Amino acid sequence: MKALVDRKKCTLCEVCVDVCPFSAIIVGETTIEITDECTLCGMCVDTCEFGALSLPEVGAGPAADLGAYKGVWVFAEWREGTVHRVSHELLSTGRVLADKRGVPLAAVLLGHNLSEDSAKELVAFGADTVYVVDYPELAHFADDTYADVLVELVRAKKPEILLAGATSIGRSFIPRVAASLHTGLTADCTELDISADGLLLQTRPAFGGNVMATIICPNKRPQMATVRPKVMKPSKQPTHQGEVVPVSVPEACLKSRVEVLEVIPEKDQTAKLTEADAIVSGGRGLKKPENFALIEELAQLIKGAVGASRGAVEEGWIAPSHQVGQTGRTVSPSLYMAVGIAGAIQHLVGMQSSKVIVAVNKDPMAPIFDVATYGVVADLFEFIPAFIKKIKQERGD
Amino acid sequence: MHIAVCIKQVPDAKNVRIDPDTHTLVRQGVESIVNPFDLFAVEAALKIKDALGARITVLTMGPPQADEALREALSRGVDDAILLSDRAFAGSDTWATSTTLASAVRKLGDVDLVLCGKQAIDGDTAQVGPEMATLLDIPYATFVKKIEMIDERHLKVTRQTDEGMEIWKLPMPSLVTVIKELGEPRLPSLRHKMRAKKAEIPVWGVNDLGLDPSAVGLAGSYTQVVRVFSPPRRGDRIVLQGTIEEQVDQLYHYLKEAKVPGI
Repeated sequence: MKALVDRKKCTLCEVCVDVCPFSAIIVGETTIEITDECTLCGMCVDTCEFGALSLPEVGAGPAADLGAYKGVWVFAEWREGTVHRVSHELLSTGRVLADKRGVPLAAVLLGHNLSEDSAKELVAFGADTVYVVDYPELAHFADDTYADVLVELVRAKKPEILLAGATSIGRSFIPRVAASLHTGLTADCTELDISADGLLLQTRPAFGGNVMATIICPNKRPQMATVRPKVMKPSKQPTHQGEVVPVSVPEACLKSRVEVLEVIPEKDQTAKLTEADAIVSGGRGLKKPENFALIEELAQLIKGAVGASRGAVEEGWIAPSHQVGQTGRTVSPSLYMAVGIAGAIQHLVGMQSSKVIVAVNKDPMAPIFDVATYGVVADLFEFIPAFIKKIKQERGD
Repeated sequence: MHIAVCIKQVPDAKNVRIDPDTHTLVRQGVESIVNPFDLFAVEAALKIKDALGARITVLTMGPPQADEALREALSRGVDDAILLSDRAFAGSDTWATSTTLASAVRKLGDVDLVLCGKQAIDGDTAQVGPEMATLLDIPYATFVKKIEMIDERHLKVTRQTDEGMEIWKLPMPSLVTVIKELGEPRLPSLRHKMRAKKAEIPVWGVNDLGLDPSAVGLAGSYTQVVRVFSPPRRGDRIVLQGTIEEQVDQLYHYLKEAKVPGI
């Protein structure tokens, strides 16, 4: 199968020929032709201003009981005695989707010794119902128990949409839920909406954020997506009413084949990159490992984490767990400061969705300035100490 | 022990970008690379082979030219390679991909451990590993930075999470997805390069895997791409002007406006 060409619409403008990353579009006599190299990636479709390109449709499958599924669900992530912020963000988004569909919104909270307040808080963020599954076996996360419990609940109550945070927990066990239910899953969405015909429109970055793709799951239910933390806005509705419903599950769901031997929380707050609101990252421009102290000092002042470019990690100046970019972490904090980082594409794809980006670099041509909200063309060894001094001064330290 | 490593050939990131002036997608050449995370998985398998002895089979699903990716794995010391290639596989989403790879692992028959990279750098979904494990009905652990053998039938893995680290015990057969901290891949050796060059790589299609064509590729996929577009351009970019002190004052002012904590 390959992309479809509407031969009446193609004007042979050849724009798509350059766009195809697989060189699968060639110039024919009167229209373009798609070769067998086509992987159906879809990149050409939106670039055709004449609407001549489209993708064939996914298999229809048994679509009979789609109507039996109703309601929007959010998996509420319980961590160390509190609900993770991403669950509140998802409930606020879920509320909008549920209202558009005219269906109820529910949260599912799994864990052990779950607090009543946390469940009530989920109501305040928009849930009409909070299903609480509390067992000692769920005290610690394991892919199989968490997935099997959620699958059990979905089978019983049939929601049409199921959302979870794209955290290390959500990205790990939600694929098992989707595969067990034989339904589609879209990872790491940054935008969700409902289409005119009532389907969940799931928009996500691909190719490291260089392109965006909107994806649907037309013939299977629930429609499932994980959503990147810190993208959606949590909004509390203190007057919202809802019920908290304890749920019991069959014992078979609670049996894990893995054994959690040890949990070692990261004590160094500056290493928790994916959780941080602000990140200060250093690159080769720092010149030597000792100079990371500057980055650390600034990070501490703004309560941020310390990141690094691949270059700095390869020099051995900082541990690989701090690396931001294609083979490191993908982050999207409120503030990302890139200090002495040139901005190779492999770095940019890991941080370009940050809200505010500050780049400090001597070289005005450095690619990092292409994505920087605020560019500082200066010697970092002059600028950063002066900036630290300014923050301290303003605080009256 | 038999280890299966699943790899993917991906377009090199620098080939896919947005032209900052025209704001359209541009392609520079069609260079493909082995997904970097999958090379960490190859390295993980080779480390186990070095320590305990193992047979390693590397698998990829892709067009005929994806056999280059397999040869690269062979040149690093992997024993065997199999290419899963069929027109029917085109347009696979993660579910259809997992279905195809899982049936290949099942066909191999005696696999004790499946290794995958955390995710591929073109799709970034991180779904195929866990979905495959679910289809194979074996336990799995994701985002693993260290693999140790406890005994012949059990692994100890160290997982990297948002909150820190976790150490899990897994019975085999099982599936593990790995991250960069597992270790940089070793370089190809001359001996293995020669072998890789000459190797005859079997190609398995839909029929070889005993799969229904409607269960794979686009026909067997549950998710459909309806639109691909350029991301919205970032808001105005400001390059600060003046002396260092003036730039410091401006940046402080902007970050205070943006309500950055601590400022």
